[in-house]
Amino acid sequence: MIAGWRLLALRWAVLIGALGALEAACRFGAIDRLVLLPPTEMLASAVRLVASGKAVPDLLATGRIMAVAIVASLLLGTAGGIALHALPRLKRALAPLLSSYYSVPVFVLYPVLILIFGLNDLPLIIIGALFAVIIMAQNTMNGLDRIPLALDKTARMLRLSAWQRVFHVMLPAAFPYLIVGAKLAVAYCFIGVIAGEFILSTIGMGHAIAFAYNDFDNPAMYGLMTLVVVIATTINLSLHAWEHRVRRRREGA
Amino acid sequence: MSQVTLDRIALAAVLVAIWQILHQIAGAFALPSPYATLQMAGVLLGEEDFARHALASLKALAAATAIAVLGGTALGLWLGTARLAAAVAEPFLTAIYALPKVTLYPMILLIFGLGLQSKIAFGALHGIMPITIFVMTGVRSISPVLLKTARSMRLSPWQSAMRIVLPAALPELLSGLRVGLSLTLLGTLIGEMFASREGIGFLLVQGITLLDGERILALTLLLFAFSVSMNLLLYSAEYRLRGRLRPQG
Repeated sequence: MIAGWRLLALRWAVLIGALGALEAACRFGAIDRLVLLPPTEMLASAVRLVASGKAVPDLLATGRIMAVAIVASLLLGTAGGIALHALPRLKRALAPLLSSYYSVPVFVLYPVLILIFGLNDLPLIIIGALFAVIIMAQNTMNGLDRIPLALDKTARMLRLSAWQRVFHVMLPAAFPYLIVGAKLAVAYCFIGVIAGEFILSTIGMGHAIAFAYNDFDNPAMYGLMTLVVVIATTINLSLHAWEHRVRRRREGA
Repeated sequence: MSQVTLDRIALAAVLVAIWQILHQIAGAFALPSPYATLQMAGVLLGEEDFARHALASLKALAAATAIAVLGGTALGLWLGTARLAAAVAEPFLTAIYALPKVTLYPMILLIFGLGLQSKIAFGALHGIMPITIFVMTGVRSISPVLLKTARSMRLSPWQSAMRIVLPAALPELLSGLRVGLSLTLLGTLIGEMFASREGIGFLLVQGITLLDGERILALTLLLFAFSVSMNLLLYSAEYRLRGRLRPQG
């Protein structure tokens, strides 16, 4: 197998090569500036948007909404996963609904939520949580289903209460799956919140991107997109790395 | 009737009851009743206009799915066999898979223009990653005996891909397709919601602008019915295939 540092170098080479090719294609006119900007300009615009403070209110708004939506969906999703694991009949009955859930554009409910709650943070939080909660529940359930029977038996032999079983045995044993769930929950939450901000909102990154698009302001649009992509990717890869560390530690133990 | 079927009927009844109760609380304007929604769905299904829009969505979905399946299978086959390429590509795959691709929608619009092409591109963009990842995993889990046999029979790379690797990875391809199809549908619909003059997504946006809750919910219900049945269809195909491929005896 290839050595770690060489692999890393190769990955960077691929990334830089791809971005370099794009840069060249834009600079030499193969790609119209009205379509795509060179990556360096996107990055410069992103830095400018943050440094000048122009994008900060939108970043904070999206961050605040995402944070609440994610915490809510992690709690509810984990609780739901535990409940479904404990009730296999319900789980079997729900299976076709759960697996089709993500093909339905849940955010068509977004305008309905606005009708009910008004044009504020709450509809966005709910739509973000609706996107994230099911994937969290599914992964919690997956993790719990894979716990070795011996652990469960030991817990029973030690006469742990249901509460103790959940917090001292089940959740720790399923922890890598919970991280996977959280990783996907964050990814889905981003989709829900940004799509909601796109359609109808007065704040947030999605709103700012849509505004720049309608304004033919390509530098701002690509700068904002770069910010979202960099933030989302950093969060995702950090959670991914954490998941790998936890799995490796378990396999080593 | 089996217990699962009975449970599912009971569950559906409970869900409809919850919907009815929420309707009583929120009022007919914010949340139409299940009965009114069902009626509206019936009306929609009879409309010629609806058929035209549904056909437009189906066309875009079919094209996007075809691109996602072809591209995803090719990429998955390549990454499944080329170890170094897979090791290099792994973080890129996870990052692209998790990327909120909605953010990139304006870029797709600038590249492909307003209309059918950007809808298809956006749908395919959503579907290609899961198919790639599933096919890659499927190819990697092929028993080495099969691959050795291919080598000892001096099959060309194309022959071993077509005769051995693809058939062996077919169940994973179907799982990927199942996940991919739902994401492709989502991508196509989002595409239609943002910039299109036809399709179910367009009808949804129309419903939103007209504040027509009944129409929105009826369309959502029809979409849900469509995706659940597609899902079940692919699931049963996958199940049968796995049963057949399982080593006998």
